[in-house]
Amino acid sequence: MHKISNSVTKKDHDEKVSGSVKYVGDYPQIGMLHGKLIRSSYAHARILGVQTPELPEGYFLVDHRDIAGENIVHVVQDDSPAYADGEVHYRGEPIAMLVGPNEEETTRYARLTEVTYEVLPAILDVEESETVFFDYHYERGEMEQAFSDADQIFEEVFYTGYQEQVYLETQGMIAEYKEGHVTVRGSLQCPYYVHGAVAKVLGLTPDKVRIVQETTGGGFGGKEAFPSFLAAQTAVAAVKAQGKPVRVVFDRREDMEFTSKRHPSKSTYKVAVKDGKVTAMDIDVIFNAGAFTTLSPVVLQRGIIAAPGVYNVPNVNVRGRAVRTHTVPTGAYRGFGAPQTFFAVERMMDHIAKALDVDTLTFKRAHLVKQGDQTSTSGIYHYPVPLPAMIDDVLDRSGYLKKRKNYEKAGIERDRHGIGLSLWFHGAGFTGSGERDFIKAKVALQKTADGKVEILASNSDIGQGIKTTFAKIVASELSIPYEEIRISNPDTSRVPDSGPTVASRSLMIVGELLRRAAIHLRSEWREGEAQRVEEHFVEPEFMIPFRLDDFHGDAYPTYAWGVAAVEVKVDALTGVNEVVGCWSAFDVGTPIDLNVVVGQMEGGVLQGLGYASMEQMNYDKDGRIRNNSLSDYLIPTAMDVSHLDVQMHIEEYPYGPYGAKGAGELPLVGIPAAYVAAMEQAVSFPFSHIPLTAEETLVALSGQSAREAQKT
Amino acid sequence: MKNEIRFFLNEKEVVYTGSATARLLDVLRNEFELTGVKCGCKEGECGACCVLLNDQLVNSCMVAMGFVDGGIVVTIEGYRKTNQFRVLDKAFATTAAVQCGYCIPGMILAAESILSRNPHPTAETIREGISGNLCRCTGYNAIVKAIEIAANEGEGLW
Repeated sequence: MHKISNSVTKKDHDEKVSGSVKYVGDYPQIGMLHGKLIRSSYAHARILGVQTPELPEGYFLVDHRDIAGENIVHVVQDDSPAYADGEVHYRGEPIAMLVGPNEEETTRYARLTEVTYEVLPAILDVEESETVFFDYHYERGEMEQAFSDADQIFEEVFYTGYQEQVYLETQGMIAEYKEGHVTVRGSLQCPYYVHGAVAKVLGLTPDKVRIVQETTGGGFGGKEAFPSFLAAQTAVAAVKAQGKPVRVVFDRREDMEFTSKRHPSKSTYKVAVKDGKVTAMDIDVIFNAGAFTTLSPVVLQRGIIAAPGVYNVPNVNVRGRAVRTHTVPTGAYRGFGAPQTFFAVERMMDHIAKALDVDTLTFKRAHLVKQGDQTSTSGIYHYPVPLPAMIDDVLDRSGYLKKRKNYEKAGIERDRHGIGLSLWFHGAGFTGSGERDFIKAKVALQKTADGKVEILASNSDIGQGIKTTFAKIVASELSIPYEEIRISNPDTSRVPDSGPTVASRSLMIVGELLRRAAIHLRSEWREGEAQRVEEHFVEPEFMIPFRLDDFHGDAYPTYAWGVAAVEVKVDALTGVNEVVGCWSAFDVGTPIDLNVVVGQMEGGVLQGLGYASMEQMNYDKDGRIRNNSLSDYLIPTAMDVSHLDVQMHIEEYPYGPYGAKGAGELPLVGIPAAYVAAMEQAVSFPFSHIPLTAEETLVALSGQSAREAQKT
Repeated sequence: MKNEIRFFLNEKEVVYTGSATARLLDVLRNEFELTGVKCGCKEGECGACCVLLNDQLVNSCMVAMGFVDGGIVVTIEGYRKTNQFRVLDKAFATTAAVQCGYCIPGMILAAESILSRNPHPTAETIREGISGNLCRCTGYNAIVKAIEIAANEGEGLW
């Protein structure tokens, strides 16, 4: 292993372990106003009027009429208002904000504010949606021929549910407006996304907007696009507050119910098999985008590109649609569309193997992609695919083969056992040409006259350890002790735009820019002088340019790889199960810090197990999310999975720093498929959806289709 | 009736004169500015607001001030001055158990609660002991490992 992988004490360790670091909600309230959003009570309605109770001095209402710029929060497109104007499109959509000096009183006045509505029909079922926000399609090979030549054709539909990020710190923002300049400080992943959004809503030029990331208590995608909304809403209130800062911190229920979460999905797979091999996949993916487009186009792109899985399928036809419903807009969550399709394709392959009466792992191995093969979008796997060695490693540690054989005999005892395995990749960095065409990342290193070096980049440490890994890279190139490298939370008045903290890109892309900047600084180092060096992103030359109009080319420069085996024990009387163990292998290239990377892997695996099993969120016939608290939406505790065994494999990527690739999202992506495969073996019932809960397990044990039972 | 609640907070005797039904969490954060006590859910589910009350680990959002009268409260701000904290601090650093950090003050006090009852806990005991403290980042392995290391390193402290 590279010596840079040796773990260090994290940059942010001391201030966090001692409880001394301040998050947004921790700053004293003195002199600050409190903001409480007033939200729509209906999924779809016309707003007839908003009437506050009589407000004492110092309390006021903010709504769309207070917006000096455009009432549009820019994400990818421009369809989402900061404050609803005339019509609301989901239950919980912000209509106004009540602002005042006392938190309890502000909340009370917000509750007493009456909104009158004319209720309009709401579309809540994706199948009934009349608005397709995005409709993508790509094709490779000869589909018709493959299906007409097929020995057998298999068809199945797969469903996945919502997943809520449940970062431990809820969304929060503080905005202050003084002398024509606005400063917004908040819990966020992407300072420059927020910067652009706030400037547009306030109608200010970029130089008058300053965004500062405060220490952020987790993100997982939930603080990618959403903070642009809260920042814009709070900034509008700050303008009206005339110099007093306004703070909004969500309570847990508000956060769970009204912030973006993972897209529920429906994926239909039709697969042609000839001579025991998959020859074609015809795939149709539908994501529930909610009421506005937000990040759905890019989530859907990643989802459909991953849809054929890690398999070399000569003929593929993939269609993906993100459709509108009158529900909370869905958005980024670790994995970004890929967990949905990887769940589907892995279950599909397992089910085909079963139908063909062949061992599922043997079947999958016979289809694995390898270096030099074409990707689903006619790009190339430019670098080695270490899956075979990783599979062997997981088999070895988990005892999969023996257990799989033993558990195959359908149990009659109360305890039923099962083990399942899944294989996946995660495309490292932005999908397609985003890095080259839109982000154009820049970084800088600032050296003081006394030789102190500071990292200037816009990527935020949201717990993933980017301060630590960035500092290690720069320290290593400059031969300066790691402890002496300075890095603060990004502030747009000080750091260049090195892009957002998303897509497992920060370390691979921005880390490499910092490494090059450090080499640059080293070569020009002048004692006793202040110096500044900058680096800009350049796309690697080997890339086959990606075209979005027909999904053609290299969607990603390289891939991170994952293999996992999950073993379960199911109580046939209660349906309750225990995850006996989860053994996984990951290749994210060179770990820049082994502790940091393993921490990402373990955390991601557990989120994947939660997604697959206990994390259930639904809305009712009025479009109201029913699971808006940690009592109704369960996430794994320390007791849920006690044996979680992660092993790293290293396939270096020459364009990443010291061979590093994207890491953060990978571990979650393929876990649900392995979990459900294990459940399927334990219960002897074919499952095609997640979350697969204890209740549904019990229904399946009784022989009924779980999905049918849920409907009744 | 005199509405005065006296208690020991991080080894100092303090007086609180507000409502006896106020939440300990709010009083600690707002009156005493002890913001190391985090608010994660305010319904006793997440453990981010854990403090020690009379040596018991409690969710401070679920404790009414009236209940605190005459009691001894320790928050992370007080606990971080102890030798036990120094051992836990180092162990958490060794395994990089601190990611976003929001659960950590509660988690550290949960670790103290475990170790003060059982200086040499099994991994299973540790998992049970922190099961009221949610962490969304780590998958818990690094935290369990850190508490095991602290148990070994802190010989005689607990």
